[in-house]
Amino acid sequence: MQDALEGVTGVEFGSFAAGPGIGKYLANFGARVIHVESAQRPDGLRTHYPPFKDDKVGLNRAGAFAFWNDSKYGVTLNLKHPQGLELAHRLVEKSDFVIENMRPGVMARLGFGYRQLRERNPRLVLLSTSNMGQTGPYADHPGFGSQLSSLSGFSELIGRADGPPLFIYGPFIDLIAVAFGGIAVLAALDHQRRTGEGAHIDLSQYEAGLQFVTAPLLEYAANGKVARRNGNRDPVAIPHGCYPCREGCWCVISCWDEEEWQRFCIAAGLPALSKDPRFSEVSERRAHETELNDLISQWTWEEDAEKLMHRLQASRIHAAAVRSMRELFSDPQIASRHVWQKQGHPEMGEHHYRMGSFQLAEAPGRVRKPAPCLGENNEEIFCGWLGLAPERYRELEGQGVFS
Amino acid sequence: MTMLLESYRVLDATGPLGFLTGRILGDLGAEVTKIEPPGGDPSRKWPPQLSLGNRPAESLSWLAFNVNKREIQLDLETEAGRDRFRSLAKETDFLLETFPPGKLDAWGLGYRVLSEDNPGLILVSITPFGQEGPYRDFLASDLEIMALAGVMSLAGDEGAEPMRVTLPSAPLWAGVEAAMGALTALAYRSSTGRGQQVDVSAQVAAMAAVAHAPIYWDLNRVNPERTGIYMTGRTLTGARMRVLWPCQDGWINFIIYGGPAGRHTNRELVVWMDERDMAPDWLKQMGWSTFTVPELTQEEIDRLEAPIGSFFATVTKREFYERVMDRGMLGYPVATVKEIHEDPQLEGRNFWQNVRIPGSDSDLRFPGGFTIVNGKRLPIRVPEERE
Repeated sequence: MQDALEGVTGVEFGSFAAGPGIGKYLANFGARVIHVESAQRPDGLRTHYPPFKDDKVGLNRAGAFAFWNDSKYGVTLNLKHPQGLELAHRLVEKSDFVIENMRPGVMARLGFGYRQLRERNPRLVLLSTSNMGQTGPYADHPGFGSQLSSLSGFSELIGRADGPPLFIYGPFIDLIAVAFGGIAVLAALDHQRRTGEGAHIDLSQYEAGLQFVTAPLLEYAANGKVARRNGNRDPVAIPHGCYPCREGCWCVISCWDEEEWQRFCIAAGLPALSKDPRFSEVSERRAHETELNDLISQWTWEEDAEKLMHRLQASRIHAAAVRSMRELFSDPQIASRHVWQKQGHPEMGEHHYRMGSFQLAEAPGRVRKPAPCLGENNEEIFCGWLGLAPERYRELEGQGVFS
Repeated sequence: MTMLLESYRVLDATGPLGFLTGRILGDLGAEVTKIEPPGGDPSRKWPPQLSLGNRPAESLSWLAFNVNKREIQLDLETEAGRDRFRSLAKETDFLLETFPPGKLDAWGLGYRVLSEDNPGLILVSITPFGQEGPYRDFLASDLEIMALAGVMSLAGDEGAEPMRVTLPSAPLWAGVEAAMGALTALAYRSSTGRGQQVDVSAQVAAMAAVAHAPIYWDLNRVNPERTGIYMTGRTLTGARMRVLWPCQDGWINFIIYGGPAGRHTNRELVVWMDERDMAPDWLKQMGWSTFTVPELTQEEIDRLEAPIGSFFATVTKREFYERVMDRGMLGYPVATVKEIHEDPQLEGRNFWQNVRIPGSDSDLRFPGGFTIVNGKRLPIRVPEERE
């Protein structure tokens, strides 16, 4: 069986999540993706970002690095050494795409900007992804996704109406940019196949994140209204909330029309609710939403979240148990899609990698190999793929080209 | 140059769970035809709305993800409608749909049938849980998807009610990943000539939002939990670190980091605090050049954070944003949509595009396409008057 991206090769000059996350997806579907690091300054996820396996810090024990880099080849190059730079150019010459997420301008200063790369590979697709984009007054500003989620409006839009904004886990917005970056690369690769032309894609993680906020941004533009967080409430559905269940578990429930509300009252064994004038129609329920939520919570309190989900779903009511991170590994639906795939890693042992949300009927993606150890594939790539003679490799190694 | 996907046709039969996919393919230049049921998609009535005088108001949540598409109405409950659908599917490269699993087959419009007419067809099926599996027939809106994806378990105060983002985001996670799936299938088609069905699960798409959090469990049997305005998981001691801080006119996001950028930020912050006589001597004497986070204890973090918190209470969001930009520090204000509209960076990149909605007498300032290709921002094209 042929892989969807068989024969496609790409090189990554980048670190953390936003660049490497893209290459991971492409590698899962068969692209050859080479993650280039500096041995002196490896990917930051290897050095200072938990979790480390068994909490023992080590370059090849970092879980977050592994998470974004499975199925790839890992090499080290010293781009400040002229021979290192030359080898990087040769990697790019043999590639279809390059992904970089250095600070804007850094690649050009290294002699490695789009113009320089294109001279040697006119059909190259280069994706530059950065916090703020390659241009604009704040282009050079460094930053991490954990903070950019605040600049792009998400923090303001999560939490109770009367409470503080909330932190959104991890590099949230980077993941949005990873998906948009993957889309841009795939579209540009298709264009390349058809026309022979390359492309430079300038992706601002900030702007990618704002694509998710389009509706409230339009609302402000049209009506001057500033959207705010409103807990778990929704402007259309009611009830629409998260309710406590037994043993610290939680269940969400939502009703989207009158019929669903009626079914809910019956399924919940609370027929009195549907006859209560406070809840007789949508406008009344909305006016008394806090009381309604309190009554529902009093009922769910004694229930098992998992059983409640199944019972309400059997009555055609929107309901779901809130999964913890641990439960993502036992959820039967996720398991049925083979989202978690095990690989044996030389230092971390057997552990799981994650597949994305889509599967192709004819060319399914998969986790192909564990994340590379630092420089693990140097000889395989530089000698085996690039054709460097082993003696020459040793010579360059002695000169610090791979450090 | 031409747009990247200019030569492709997309038939978009999705509801809200798939709106973004067609929007993205349209942004990239594909010709997208949106199929709606008679009377229009129900979400056209959803808030917020743009008032258009004596014409029916336009839903902004609809508009947000349905520009760059042409619209037609088709009644798939009738045989004539299904015949028209089948003939349209002959002429298209991508068919996007969000019907409940099995529905297309029941209409006689499943992949097997459609691909007989058009072997290169890429059918992208977007559903809450995918085409198979124990939950495939579950009803799920954004709220249920975010719950089952684990995202809600990580947002909210410790031990208190898990929270979703106030605006629906599961459909957007599903929408972007579906576009990626569609284009992955396109690559397969270019080398084999064969189309296929792409099965997208919104639950798994939304799991992207928890990033690597599940790995704490997988590697070390630590189950990350929500911690309100704090973050955990960055120290080996289990200590939590503050992320969101009240300031004079709202909130800001500031995290104590190590690494080169973090050390620079910490130094610059102390200089700024000292300008206002708010930096204690011990803080001024910190040796930032070797500062790292993983080994910090809660006591050490609390000690660092106390004077920083007092200082932030005296600055405004705008002051903070300008200072961090000016000095290359890490951190951002917690921006509102108004402040996003006023951001000079977005202005400087021509992010906004003024568009005129049919029937409106003024321009609408629209967030632009998601990227810049060869120096050109992907444009927004507004639907013309409907058929």
